[in-house]
Amino acid sequence: MKKFSFRSLGVLLAFLVHGLQAQVTFPINDVANPRAGYYAFVHATVVKDAKTTLQNATLIVKQGRIEAVGTSVAIPKDAVVIECKGKFIYPSFVDAFSDYGMEAVTASNYSYRAPSQMLSNTKGPFSWNQALKSEVEHAKHFAVNEAKAKELRKLGFGAVSTLQPDGISRGTSALVSLAKDRENMVILKEKTAAHFSFEKGSSTQDYPGSLMGSVALLRQNFLDAQWYKSKPAQEGLNLSLDRFNQNAGLPQIFAVTDKWNVLRADKIGDEFGVQYIIKGSGEEYQRIDEMKATKAAFILPLAFPQTIDVEDPTDMRFVNVAELKHWELAPTNPAAFEKANISFALTANGLKDVNSFMPNLRKAIQYGLSEQKALEALTATPAQLLGVSDLVGSLDPGKVANFFIASGPVFAEKSAIIENWVQGNGYAVQSDLWTNLAGTYQINLGSPAKLVIQGEPGSYKASLIASDTTQVDLTQKEQLVNLGYASKADKSQRVRLTGSFDGSSISGTGQLASGNWISWKAVRSEAAKSDSIQVKTNKPEAVGDVVYPFNGFGQKTIAKQENLLIQHATVWTNEKQGVLKDADVLVKAGKIVQVGKGLKDPSARIVDGTGKHVTAGIIDEHSHVGATGGINECTQSVTAEVRIADVIDPDDVDIYRQLSGGVTASHILHGSCNVIGGQTQLLKFRWGQNAEALKFANWDPFIKFALGENVKRSWNTSNPRFPDTRMGVEQVLTDAFTRARDYEKQGPGKRIDLELETLLEILNKKRFITCHSYVQSEINSILKVADKFGFTVNTLTHILEGYKVADKMKAHGANASTFADWWNYKMEVLDAIPQNAAIMQAVGVNVAINSDDAEMARRLNQEAAKSIKYAGMSEEDALKMVTLNPAKMLHVADRVGSIAPGKDADLVIWSDHPLSIYAKSEKTIVDGTVVFDRAEDVKLQEALKVEKQRLIQKMIASKKGGAPTRPSAPSVKKQNMCEEDHNHDKSLWERIASRFIDEDHINE
Amino acid sequence: MKKLLIPIFCFLGLSLMAQETMHPSPAQAKKIVITGATLHIGNGQVISNGTVSIDKGKLTILSTAPAISAEVEHIDATGKHIYPGVIAPNTNLGLVEVSSTKSTVDFDELGEMNPNIRSIVAYNTDSKVINTLRTNGVLLAQIVPQGGLISGSSTVVQLDAWNWEDAAYALDNGVHMTFPALINRPNGGGGRRGGDSDAVKAGLERIETARVFFREAKAYLNEKSHAAVNLKFEATKGLFDRSKSLYVHCDLVKEMLTAIDFAKEFNFKLVIAGGTDSWMIADILAANQVAVILHEPHALPAAEDDAVDQPYKTGAQLQKAGVLFTICQDSGDGYTQIRNLPFLAGTMAAYGLTREEALSAITLNPAKILGIADRTGSLENGKDANIVICQGDLLDMKSSVVTHAFIQGRAVDLNNKHTQLYNRYKYKYNL
Repeated sequence: MKKFSFRSLGVLLAFLVHGLQAQVTFPINDVANPRAGYYAFVHATVVKDAKTTLQNATLIVKQGRIEAVGTSVAIPKDAVVIECKGKFIYPSFVDAFSDYGMEAVTASNYSYRAPSQMLSNTKGPFSWNQALKSEVEHAKHFAVNEAKAKELRKLGFGAVSTLQPDGISRGTSALVSLAKDRENMVILKEKTAAHFSFEKGSSTQDYPGSLMGSVALLRQNFLDAQWYKSKPAQEGLNLSLDRFNQNAGLPQIFAVTDKWNVLRADKIGDEFGVQYIIKGSGEEYQRIDEMKATKAAFILPLAFPQTIDVEDPTDMRFVNVAELKHWELAPTNPAAFEKANISFALTANGLKDVNSFMPNLRKAIQYGLSEQKALEALTATPAQLLGVSDLVGSLDPGKVANFFIASGPVFAEKSAIIENWVQGNGYAVQSDLWTNLAGTYQINLGSPAKLVIQGEPGSYKASLIASDTTQVDLTQKEQLVNLGYASKADKSQRVRLTGSFDGSSISGTGQLASGNWISWKAVRSEAAKSDSIQVKTNKPEAVGDVVYPFNGFGQKTIAKQENLLIQHATVWTNEKQGVLKDADVLVKAGKIVQVGKGLKDPSARIVDGTGKHVTAGIIDEHSHVGATGGINECTQSVTAEVRIADVIDPDDVDIYRQLSGGVTASHILHGSCNVIGGQTQLLKFRWGQNAEALKFANWDPFIKFALGENVKRSWNTSNPRFPDTRMGVEQVLTDAFTRARDYEKQGPGKRIDLELETLLEILNKKRFITCHSYVQSEINSILKVADKFGFTVNTLTHILEGYKVADKMKAHGANASTFADWWNYKMEVLDAIPQNAAIMQAVGVNVAINSDDAEMARRLNQEAAKSIKYAGMSEEDALKMVTLNPAKMLHVADRVGSIAPGKDADLVIWSDHPLSIYAKSEKTIVDGTVVFDRAEDVKLQEALKVEKQRLIQKMIASKKGGAPTRPSAPSVKKQNMCEEDHNHDKSLWERIASRFIDEDHINE
Repeated sequence: MKKLLIPIFCFLGLSLMAQETMHPSPAQAKKIVITGATLHIGNGQVISNGTVSIDKGKLTILSTAPAISAEVEHIDATGKHIYPGVIAPNTNLGLVEVSSTKSTVDFDELGEMNPNIRSIVAYNTDSKVINTLRTNGVLLAQIVPQGGLISGSSTVVQLDAWNWEDAAYALDNGVHMTFPALINRPNGGGGRRGGDSDAVKAGLERIETARVFFREAKAYLNEKSHAAVNLKFEATKGLFDRSKSLYVHCDLVKEMLTAIDFAKEFNFKLVIAGGTDSWMIADILAANQVAVILHEPHALPAAEDDAVDQPYKTGAQLQKAGVLFTICQDSGDGYTQIRNLPFLAGTMAAYGLTREEALSAITLNPAKILGIADRTGSLENGKDANIVICQGDLLDMKSSVVTHAFIQGRAVDLNNKHTQLYNRYKYKYNL
């Protein structure tokens, strides 16, 4: 048994391709050249899996599989032996989320201004929706891409689960190796997982046009698939549904783009009995408790935000502290998962530059991730998540021979991968590293001298020591070596030598300064003592705090409920006792306990209310803050299935801004671009809490309807969406409720339709309407439609011509929620008048003043006061329009809207008369928790300034340290607008959008 | 019987004052004396129980009430407040009726260099919006064109006129520029769209074209006669002799610094309109005597990390630094909201200004900035009688009810489309 010399390995590698097959199954243009693919890797440190490391071990590989591994394994005679002394062998990494070998996704250039595409463009017996593509088996579309494979092998990967990440239901991924071979051989498993997302990708179809639409579509798809199992004749053959059902046994992977989408995906899974594996966004550390509660396993990216060029302070003031904090904290994400004991795999997916994979991984380790966990997350965990542990993920006999040979522990800074073996074939990565020249040599160049070579391959330092010391330039390509140094005789002349290294000596020829040739030999007397390479075990990097919510006004700990005793204030009770002077309010366990004079409670914190006014928290009947992913599902005229509840954004700074204006609860509505919009959500602004905790518990559900210019899309002449007139609007309504009634009559086994189920709730008085409406004709019409179907339109919102039909509204039993004084910006508000609220109220309608505007919401008390000015309304009645009246119309007046014992402690302490322009909220209290405090806010501002400055200085240091930077750009959250055409966004960016060259709008 | 009469009376009243029959008032005939009111002079001064006399459209402030004769119209304003008429700078009032309906939009002209475009020629004195402003005490407005880099010339109008010639109060006395944004485009809506191109460089290059324009205009104006008349250059004349101001519409620090340099090169009188971030360079603005027409304070903070009340307190910060400033309603459908200008001032008073400073910010300050302070903006002898009598605090909607308004001594009809529709439906519901 002759030991195979490493020198020949490079040659071997070149011949290995297609060497595995015992029997050739395809024609070859040569004589047969069968190979056994039998190798023994000896004397290596074999890291079998993250938990098992074998010293001086042997790994036997045959026919692309691992045959044996251990410390006392007999070396087969017919195996090629590869000496791996000092080297480390690891199972090659497994990427559970890759698009290797797939075509790039073509982005859809969907525009809501373009003509509608109501149905899928995909030809064939598939889903009606172009983004539902469960039928796609990505193994069929896989093509080996050696250039990409090489990139990934370089990083240590041997197998990836791959698909084209396109659409909402994306089909099945395949496990492929990164071998250079025919696809037939490279695909290790045809189907590894079924994939999902909220993004419609290349779909050119309109629906869904929002995140909440994506959620609804996924839910409906589950129901449809269930129904399809009964082979309904109405559906015929639907391969999308069929394959969705077939794929149910596979791991289900859901890819998300932000942390809250994790919870959204998981919630859908919970509803339909599926535990998704989440492909995360990298922000999960910001809500690690919520992540843990999903019980999901995660696939985490290692893409970290780039350093920003922070040199211009006037630009940087527009970059959120949240963005800076994420830059700092993103590398802590994997460590946060480890600490929380959540199962996770790591992926190279999402890296702009794949070469940043190992540096970023090392960074994650530096930020607290253990090496063992890192390795597990790249080997056993992804294999287990994909159900392919029998194939990959460790170095156990029988598994695919995917492993790499490294010069040291793989995560150590100085380590490098020498070769990556995939399916039993070796691929050079840095084969120079096989040859370590370092050591002391005896060399004879006319006279004896010492040649000392120090350092690592690629960065040697060499010198020639005789009577004096001469620096030597050394270059190496595998075993070939060139030396160059100054001639002793004439320093300006160089001696140049060429030689070959055989493992213990270098010998060859060279040319002296004179031009004469000389033979030479350098014999290594002593190999360099290699410092054993270690991973840096520095203290974890010091970083800032995660704050809740994750923005400039978040805090390390969320504000807590207190017992409070507000004393000596003017208390606007909204109850029979009216306005109480010099009165006290006692709050315990989130409830108002007592209102009166001279109250005492030792458990309560005293709040001096002298000179202040206390009112119930302001309730905004019509708002669009705190929601994300689009407030409108515009794509169809009836979208009752979509729910604002699915898209609550607890990080929205506008929630805090609302609190600064005394708003404690807001009704978050779908927009108004279609007749039957989406289900709404009443929130309580429990600042810092997650979406579920922000929701107003146990309230009657509502839905948004809309009439008039927006729903008929008056501004858009090219869109064919029905209806185009108010005549058509009335028919959309009539048709929808007729369909719902007919649906109700259908027997068991019917297809559950989320849209019709929702409409039925309205008919059955379990869900209530708030309807965007302006002119008297349309108001009258919807009341008649409701009368015909036997339900009441709960609320007419905007209702700027309500004063014209207030008597009819009263007779019907509708509430009114309106603006104080908006008018004339479009045709249907020409007759809007600031006395509208007062007239409706005088006629006997319950009236609220709403905002529909994140800025104005902060002044709703003053908006209400305009009815005093324009129509002489009483002060108490005016205040009720933004407190008790909206509570009534939202069916929550039993809990909020007035100051009475037993009610929720949602209170505002005002600096001045609450209807005055000079009034400021000094404290805003929700459920007995002070969620906004004007004095604390000043401190928060100061802390924000300090934190931001710290991060900016850190970025400067990062840039000076050589980190690449990107130019700064303002972080902007688009204001959600109710309407598509009437843009009352008062943000700076919207106002100056047209001042940007080449672009009309910052966002569509 | 009584019940029956009231509706009939209302109905008659209604038909008499339908908007189409409302008309500007004739010139002041009789001398008017208003007594007993608290006078808010507009310069910070307050006189309680003061007397205002109006003769031939001009004001006199009297220390003691004169004898009231039959030739004099006497208004007892005991318990009420008198203010200078509010001035609304930087509006497109009368240039647009319904902003979503393009055929009614007349403020945004095509072209890059349009100093020759004059807003006044398109100003519609019959816009339904105008009367609603007077009802809240807004009596004068600056009518501003938009579009291009040099947008055109503005005129100050009084709000009680038959036609634009009647309305003109200070004709063509401002030239407006809209600076490009000197900041990278924001990252909007999830996708990274900003930071890819150098927006600052592109913006500066565009501004440079305006410098070239004005350099050429200056040279052109040095010579009186020309073979070919350049209307655009001719329209810039007043800028060079400082009879007109240059209004640069911009908001961010780099834009304002650039505007200051721009104005210096040509020795223009500079006013910044917008000025969202003016509080950051208030000292520089004060040192350069640059006035600011502040974007409406009822706005969300420009930056997410800004104090939640930053736009409310910007005025106080400018005041403290000694910057001459006023406020406007310039966003989106701002023209329909100009009647809220006094309440915007009220908000600034809640956030750092005194109430009288806040009043100045919408009366005397805009008069100074618009170059009409010699005629209006305060209750001072000899000025035009552009005044408002209010039952309560003009700046606070809780008590503000304007009972009288005078423009150049003419008693203004305080009805408007809204009061008329209100009456119509009070009739319907018997309220």
